[in-house]
Amino acid sequence: MSEALNELGATLEAKRPDCVLSWEVAYGELNVNVPLSAIPSFIEFLKTDKACKFSSLVDLTAVDYPSREERFDVVYHFLSMYTNQRIRVKVAVREEEMVPSITEVHPSAGWFEREVFDMFGILFSGHPDLRRLLTDYGFRGYPLRKDFPTTGYTEVRYDEVEKRVVYEPVSLTQDYRQFDFMSPWEGADYILPGDEKTDEAK
Amino acid sequence: MMDGTKGFNDAETGEQKIRNFNINFGPQHPAAHGVLRMVLELDGEIVERADPHIGLLHRGTEKLMESRTYLQNLPYFDRLDYVAPMNQEHAWCLAIEKLTGVEVPRRGQLIRVLFSEIGRILNHLLNITTQAMDVGALTPPLWGFEEREKLMIFYERACGARLHANYFRPGGVHQDLPPELIDDIETWANEFPEKIADIDGLLTENRIFKQRNADIGVVNEEDILNWGYSGVMVRGSGLAWDLRRAQPYECYDEFEFQIPVGKNGDCYDRYLVRMEEMRQSLKIMHQAIEKLRAPEGQGDVLARGKLTPPNRSDMKRDMESLIHHFKLYTEGFKVPAGEVYAAVEAPKGEFGVYLVSDGSNKPYRAKIRAPGYLHLQSMDYVAGGHQLADVAAIIGTMDIVFGEIDR
Repeated sequence: MSEALNELGATLEAKRPDCVLSWEVAYGELNVNVPLSAIPSFIEFLKTDKACKFSSLVDLTAVDYPSREERFDVVYHFLSMYTNQRIRVKVAVREEEMVPSITEVHPSAGWFEREVFDMFGILFSGHPDLRRLLTDYGFRGYPLRKDFPTTGYTEVRYDEVEKRVVYEPVSLTQDYRQFDFMSPWEGADYILPGDEKTDEAK
Repeated sequence: MMDGTKGFNDAETGEQKIRNFNINFGPQHPAAHGVLRMVLELDGEIVERADPHIGLLHRGTEKLMESRTYLQNLPYFDRLDYVAPMNQEHAWCLAIEKLTGVEVPRRGQLIRVLFSEIGRILNHLLNITTQAMDVGALTPPLWGFEEREKLMIFYERACGARLHANYFRPGGVHQDLPPELIDDIETWANEFPEKIADIDGLLTENRIFKQRNADIGVVNEEDILNWGYSGVMVRGSGLAWDLRRAQPYECYDEFEFQIPVGKNGDCYDRYLVRMEEMRQSLKIMHQAIEKLRAPEGQGDVLARGKLTPPNRSDMKRDMESLIHHFKLYTEGFKVPAGEVYAAVEAPKGEFGVYLVSDGSNKPYRAKIRAPGYLHLQSMDYVAGGHQLADVAAIIGTMDIVFGEIDR
């Protein structure tokens, strides 16, 4: 399985050297990093090329790395039912950059791109209908970004006086508990409370 | 033109203007299979445009998962497709096992296969019978749910919960099955073909059922690729694509079963495929039971190690085991950094998990790929040109469950 993927990775790099930044086979899966400019054409190539035939879009999503210059990774998964292979294509995107939509090549990308826009705020240029998908009507913010709190900013309740559902800022009776489970014995880079005194004593 | 097509224009009198009619299908419509709100643009009774509004059951599973440990995340998977919970857990376990390189012991694998097939029958029973209800038959769900009840009791006897199992664990399954349970599953599997025959007798040659399903929602190979279909939506159109066969996971490659395919790719063929899949699942279950009883099928159900708790008896005697148990359920286990995509052939199609790990005890990002999401997306395409009443049949045949679509 891995040999076939290695071969495929090498073929891709040879055929489209301008599109493939790097590729690797990890955990039995082929990863290909491509630049943003290659997006619609490389994916069309994957779909139409006789050796690839990656004709089904399995998944399209994004990952947020707030500390990186190019904040998001947009990740595409493709499947070829003909060659029985999978491929993962990754594009690094800056926060203000737009990603070309692939709905022309894969109509099934429509909702995936809407979801990524909804959850991460990444804009897709050329998408026919880029509305929010999963969140509430009139929702603000991008929930799956790492800087968005898990509790959100608003909550709803039914107001007995106004006889309707009202939106209010979240008020928690107890702080949202975010435990730090990392073991202090295994290379934690913070100082445990009290430990700073050992330096002062010296 | 009585059907109110767009060309109609009462120029002489100007009295009547026929316009397209927008209706709101759902979110509380019983045929919407949950909380689907669909804005339909109708031309008379013909659907011109369908715009599904989803997200009414959105619980932010993926966000929640980022702040919980791998083990705590497992129960969320039961709540995705709550019709066949264990199949979802399976994908999560496979993803973790792929990253950590854990080998599941044989008995654990066999139990997983057995319960995945129970899940498939649970799902197909619900889908076939409620789809039949959507097109006007009331008896099948009553009969089908009786069998589902029995299967859920097997779930309960294996893991203690009827629905939200939390049974498959990274490294195996939570607990071994008692021999009596295996016997009872076998007895049920011997009796079930009769029940399939009953439903078969009610529906397969029923002329109303046929009228409502044959030639409705036809999909061909090109549609399958364009819309990313999987599962029965693919097999109903004659493509023998099944992940259990194409990319075998667990020990599915040892099992003998056939992949039923349809011919016309309409709702009726998909119904037939689902019926046959239940029979094939029974075949797999019989084989799994046989293998579970064989001497090679004995042994532990969990790969004992960092990912799994120690034996109860070890914990009573051994300090290290007790510490390990405590650390496992508080800190959880760490998964090496990397990214994997693991998919299973869930009853509805390809259910996958894309897991990005940063080496800590919580997933950095987990994306759940639900088959129903892509199916529902193509609603506008498939339902366009059909009658309003067919929309219910199409929603049924696409096997839509909102738990997994909205996440």
